[in-house]
Amino acid sequence: MPDGNSGTGIGAALLRKEDRRFITGKGKYTDDINRPGQTFAYFLRSNVAHANLKSVDTSAAEKADGVVAVFTGADLEAAGVGGLPCGWALTFQNGDPMVEPPHPALAQGRVRHVGDPIVMVIAESKKQAKAACHLVNVEYDQLPAVVDMMEAIKGDALVHDDAANNICYDWAIGDKDEVDKVFDGADHVTSIDIVNNRLIPNAIEPRVAIGEFDASSGDYTLYTTTQNPHVIRLLMGAFVLQIPEHKLRVVAPDVGGGFGSKIFHYAEETLVTWAAAQIERPIKWTAERSESFMSDAHGRDHITKAELALDKDGKFLGLRETTYANMGGYLSTFAPAIPTYMHSVLMAGVYTTPIIYSNIIAVFTNTVPVDAYRGAGRPEATYCLERLVDRAAREMGIDQVEIRRKNFIPSDAFPYQTPVALCYDSGNYDATLDTALKNADVGGFDKRKAASAKDGKLRGIGYSTYVEACGAAPSAIAGALGARAGLYESANIRVHPTGSVSVYTGSHSHGQGHETAFAQLVSEKLGVHSDAVDIIHGDTAQIPFGMGTYGSRSLAVGGTAIDKALDKIVDKSRKIVAHILEAGESDIEFADGNFTVAGTDKSMAFGEVALAAYVPHNYPLETLEPGLEESAFYDPTNFTYPGGCHICEVEVDPNTGVVEVARFTAVDDPGTVVNPMIVEGQVHGGIAQGIGQALLEGCVYDDSGQLITGSYMDYTMPRADDLPSYDVATESSECTHNSLGVKGVGEVGAIGSPPAVINAIIDALSELGVTDVPMPATSQAVWRAIQEAS
Amino acid sequence: MATVSMTVNGKAVSAEADPDTLLSDFIRENLSLTGTHVGCDTSQCGACVVMLNGDSVKSCSMLAAQAEGAEVTTVEGLAVNGELHPMQEAFHQNHALQCGFCTPGMMISAIDLVNKNPDPTEEEIRRGLDGNICRCTGYHNIVKAVKAAAAEMKG
Repeated sequence: MPDGNSGTGIGAALLRKEDRRFITGKGKYTDDINRPGQTFAYFLRSNVAHANLKSVDTSAAEKADGVVAVFTGADLEAAGVGGLPCGWALTFQNGDPMVEPPHPALAQGRVRHVGDPIVMVIAESKKQAKAACHLVNVEYDQLPAVVDMMEAIKGDALVHDDAANNICYDWAIGDKDEVDKVFDGADHVTSIDIVNNRLIPNAIEPRVAIGEFDASSGDYTLYTTTQNPHVIRLLMGAFVLQIPEHKLRVVAPDVGGGFGSKIFHYAEETLVTWAAAQIERPIKWTAERSESFMSDAHGRDHITKAELALDKDGKFLGLRETTYANMGGYLSTFAPAIPTYMHSVLMAGVYTTPIIYSNIIAVFTNTVPVDAYRGAGRPEATYCLERLVDRAAREMGIDQVEIRRKNFIPSDAFPYQTPVALCYDSGNYDATLDTALKNADVGGFDKRKAASAKDGKLRGIGYSTYVEACGAAPSAIAGALGARAGLYESANIRVHPTGSVSVYTGSHSHGQGHETAFAQLVSEKLGVHSDAVDIIHGDTAQIPFGMGTYGSRSLAVGGTAIDKALDKIVDKSRKIVAHILEAGESDIEFADGNFTVAGTDKSMAFGEVALAAYVPHNYPLETLEPGLEESAFYDPTNFTYPGGCHICEVEVDPNTGVVEVARFTAVDDPGTVVNPMIVEGQVHGGIAQGIGQALLEGCVYDDSGQLITGSYMDYTMPRADDLPSYDVATESSECTHNSLGVKGVGEVGAIGSPPAVINAIIDALSELGVTDVPMPATSQAVWRAIQEAS
Repeated sequence: MATVSMTVNGKAVSAEADPDTLLSDFIRENLSLTGTHVGCDTSQCGACVVMLNGDSVKSCSMLAAQAEGAEVTTVEGLAVNGELHPMQEAFHQNHALQCGFCTPGMMISAIDLVNKNPDPTEEEIRRGLDGNICRCTGYHNIVKAVKAAAAEMKG
């Protein structure tokens, strides 16, 4: 698409508009907000993984200095405060509904993970609230805790009494008998047992919630660190507190990273909102990092056995897998959908595997709830598949690149219907692979390997060719699959009388750069400079509606909604111009911000049209309303399917097991690139989280359910000196079903990279006989793998 | 309560604070300078880094009272008369920030690093920023920005 005449349209690597406030310390994050008369909340959380609460004595806390109020689960029950809802309903294979236990905002009689909130203390200062929490006396009657999923399914101890064997659901897609037949007749079967390690998202801004109630109007306001303020308003207002939408405002100001963990409706949001009305004063809660570790939803945590059937030439004939997916102690907002509709349906990957069976068993354990974290299901699918393909190639003596290419869905086969429900609209996996092979200088690998060997290091190269599904998605299909919400997006475009533009979007930016990229969409279509466009988001009082930002959907769904609203602006403008220039509407052409009458020199600039709309002296008032403001809701007809190729080179010290990422090359297909600088930045960040998963990060519980990795002293966050610089590029094929041709880029880095890293380590160590290393491949884990192989 | 006085961003300030008030809380709550962020409770993340008498420090790891009489620079004091510090400009030019939460501490650590090592290698930059965690950028563009700022600051 050509640039608008402003030079700030689609494709421009514009520096970000939002940067100024962040680099000068003027960002406005939730914790920067203080309300008049504000009080502070602190939560007493369970320090054991599983127990009945024999007694909760708050009497001393109530009398402590500065304490305003103390609430327990019993208070909430008495007040009729509902439990936290789950937004996606799955079924067992026989059609029975999943087990959906109640999730009280404060524990009612029983705690199910370390960190489960029991008491809320509200005081004049945070220090007083915290001190008073220490005066609460909780008597626990401890129950056996289940942490390991394979132990949990034995059913010896139940997290929820109505979930037999701790199973939430046992779900499957595909025809098992038909798949088994294919395996019976296959020339070769490769199998793999893998664990996709549990991660803790760790946005650097901890969660914060401020509740406020205006007794004179009955209006509630919640300021919160969320990725989707309207979703929180819906979940909390309609399902938990029964506050109608017009009386509940949810504001998500600047948010310091989310990565999925700030999608969900959390107990603290409900509690500060409800309690603010009880005490008629604002209440602020700011998580300490240790609270984040034990209360933000975790990610991943799958145990999988997968098998691939191949013919003698290495052509994939069928795939089957069984995955145990950890749900934690309660169902978080979208938890049931992640291992199923975000994972199983991706098991075809970029390959023509004709038949697939995926069985998912979701398991309750006495751990923090698990839900979407950057990639959400798709990294788990990609890791499983790309490890399996890598192993199959090694077993059959086929080159890693050749086995992939041989099984790619060809570029002329789109739209391509996979055997697991999804229909990919576009892609070109050979193109991304070819560019990645070139950029990674794979031809020079042998030389580099020899050089490493001289230093006593083992060098390996690993590949990952992936596809993912994002831009969720058709509401009707999601609904049929159990989603309890729609998945569209809204936009409102307000053109001001002098031609500047305000865009109200239901997407939410917490680092993605929407204020810049979305302004580029407006610039492209209307020909105005991006500086004349403001993007407003994050406030239910200002934005008509929104489903928010997750699953790389902002540009594909939110951006397309903006594009549709812009089309309406252009259509109305055309009518105004036709009237003023006395021409037929069909003769009005629009390009680069100017309307012209075809074949004449008559023209009007977009700004003049805006003025005419608001000063309608010469205006078709009998047929057209004045003003220039339009809204659109966009519900996509399909997911979008970014894909690509990641190639990793590692150097391993065989004596210590230390792994260094020597080179990392990514070539991704995000569809149309609106701002290449932002796209690269998104890929960088995703790769860092992917390398983090592969090499450094892993949540550890002990057998009693204590969270061992409960701080940055114990959970290894990737730091600057753990990571390399990355070589990233795009090789785009346009999405065929949205007007912008965009697919999404927020998660590709985290999806594509982990198997490339692990495959590279296995390649490096293959000469020692190593065929498997776990994630995170810490030096200890790698050293052990080397010792066991030798 | 005790009176704590120091110079912050070139201005003499004085405020009443509990003796156990952390410098980070003093800056955010007593002085309402909310550009300094708090991202953890174990002095690991570095979001709260400020300049204290010319050295970068994690302001969550000391008491306000320990900064009595000190010269403190927070992110709000980096730009002079509206002109960005070269490190701020380099972060903007190189897309070295996404959500912006770690950015104030990251920039101040980077300024200290370049002040003490005017021509750092990539490895020195990466090692020097080891005490600041960024979850968004993967550090690639931060390293680029620090290199660019170092060249500018030498200028």
